[in-house]
Amino acid sequence: MIEEEFDAIVIGAGMSGNAAAYTMASHGLKVLQLERGEYPGSKNVQGAIMYANMLEKIIPDFRDDAPLERHLVEQRLWVMDDTSHTGIHHRSDHFNEAKPNRYTIIRAQFDKWFSRKVREAGATVLCETTVTELVRDGRDRVIGVRTDRSGGIIGADVVVLAEGVCGLLGTRAGLRSMPKPETVALAVKEMHFLPEEVIEQRFGLNGDEGCVIEAVGTISHGMAGLGFLYTNKESISLGVGCLVSDFAAAMESPYALLDAFKNHPSIRPLIAGSEVKEYAAHLIPEGGYKAIPQLFGDGWVVVGDAAQLNNAIHREGSNLAMTSGRIAAEAIVQLKRRSHPMTKRNLSLYKIMLDNSFVVKDLRKYKDMPALLHTNSCNFFTTYPQLLSKAAQNFLRVDGTPKIDKEKATTAAFVKARSRWGLVSDAVRLACAWR
Amino acid sequence: MTMAVTKLRVEDKLYHNRYLVDPGRPHIKVRPHEKPSPNLLALTRVCPAKCYELNDAGQVEITPDGCMECGTCRILCEASGEIEWNYPRGGFGVLFKFG
Ligand SMILES: Cc1cc2nc3c(=O)[nH]c(=O)nc-3n(C[C@H](O)[C@H](O)[C@H](O)COP(=O)(O)OP(=O)(O)OC[C@H]3O[C@@H](n4cnc5c(N)ncnc54)[C@H](O)[C@@H]3O)c2cc1C
Ligand code: SF4
Repeated sequence: MIEEEFDAIVIGAGMSGNAAAYTMASHGLKVLQLERGEYPGSKNVQGAIMYANMLEKIIPDFRDDAPLERHLVEQRLWVMDDTSHTGIHHRSDHFNEAKPNRYTIIRAQFDKWFSRKVREAGATVLCETTVTELVRDGRDRVIGVRTDRSGGIIGADVVVLAEGVCGLLGTRAGLRSMPKPETVALAVKEMHFLPEEVIEQRFGLNGDEGCVIEAVGTISHGMAGLGFLYTNKESISLGVGCLVSDFAAAMESPYALLDAFKNHPSIRPLIAGSEVKEYAAHLIPEGGYKAIPQLFGDGWVVVGDAAQLNNAIHREGSNLAMTSGRIAAEAIVQLKRRSHPMTKRNLSLYKIMLDNSFVVKDLRKYKDMPALLHTNSCNFFTTYPQLLSKAAQNFLRVDGTPKIDKEKATTAAFVKARSRWGLVSDAVRLACAWR
Repeated sequence: MTMAVTKLRVEDKLYHNRYLVDPGRPHIKVRPHEKPSPNLLALTRVCPAKCYELNDAGQVEITPDGCMECGTCRILCEASGEIEWNYPRGGFGVLFKFG
């Protein structure tokens, strides 16, 4: 028996689900959003850098009341070995603009704010409710959901699966396959609290300015992975992530990796004296373009991390989630306006619109990167970082060795580690994958 | 020895987190087995909350109280049927204050 009918049901109140629910509700659709957490955000983990442009397209005046931490004026990219880092830093006063482009956020707080906007737009939001089943009719069309609250079916013309990277419902219903261990990374993260002034002093920040560090190198113990350290107002988010397949093959413990990162001589002084208030773990989709599953079907669409829409190279996920949620919602609103049914054929409009957006274009650009970094993880994440560190020290140390000999030693070290052919082939493959 | 030290450190970490445990309804179960597969064995190291441990008989057991619902074990061991994985009931499980 169908208990109640909606135009759309959104499963999940993360970035993609909130974008979809907000967009549909503000266009007058009758929307029900279901979230298993006690409050929206209570299950969600992010670094977190939030990209303003994609939120502006949904809530143009979000800066008035969204819980934003710091706007980013500086980005540091570090290559680390066990005792050093070699980096590219970019800092610009241009980032101190009236409407900054990137902010750090704290997801549990941000998601609560976003959810309030969704309610204000007119959607019904039910938390503490796990969707347990997608309900289909005799012709395999999704017609609603069942939850762990009551036995009945809640019906809808269309179900938006915004259930995040694990994607339990969609995979169990056979709409897509489960992510493979080599296409998802496991990230662990801690929140370190420090007084505002201390953070500003340590990173040379004024007021709401923020700085982020992203690091690769021996910190991932040869696995394909990354470390990060982001400044919030009164806290530092810090974590490491590596492919699940690499973790399993190496039998490494993520918390040991995290502790090693925290104790690295380049990181330790930045968090000295901090109070840790939370330890979190979450998966990140890393399969890129080739891992994107079927995105629509009779009575359903899938958005955000559940659709593997994540740009691992640029560390972007929430913006792809928000954008795919918005675009799916806009497609649904268009069909609704024309009184077209939510069939697979009609919902293909979502994919057409998404293919034309930066989401799919960016993922297509890097379609060969995941495979390259995975198969060469040891070279890219251990050998090159070590070589780079040695080269930098060789260059900087003044010890009476003629410069020409130093250069020869550096070149010889690279050739010895990877062979001439190895170096050329790594460079060519990297360039091709990047193109 | 190192095992004990690592264990201690994870518990220190998990201690900061908030959980609402659903008593008597573990959301993850390990299927009885003689000898764990490499992936199941790996979970004793890879689970970020160290929920999986080897018992004296060399089998893998789970205590999911500190689970952060990341899904790593599901990705590694659900397809083979070695574990049964579900979300906790709505409202239960880990409650991130920051996330
Ligand atoms: C450590 C880390 C750092 C990251 N850093 C960045 C960053 O700096 N910038 C960036 O842009 N991206 C970053 N990302 C990626 C970003 O967090 C994700 O891309 C984004 O959160 C995806 O949003 P989503 O809505 O698709 O999924 P989620 O935010 O995961 O939301 C899914 C929601 O669905 C709910 N749900 C799932 N199943 C059910 C069910 N059956 N019933 C009811 N509710 C359900 C969940 O509780 C959750 O609230 C990071 C990710 C991690 C893990
Ligand atoms: S879901 Fe994650 S935290 Fe929970 S038991 Fe599995 S691996 Fe451990």
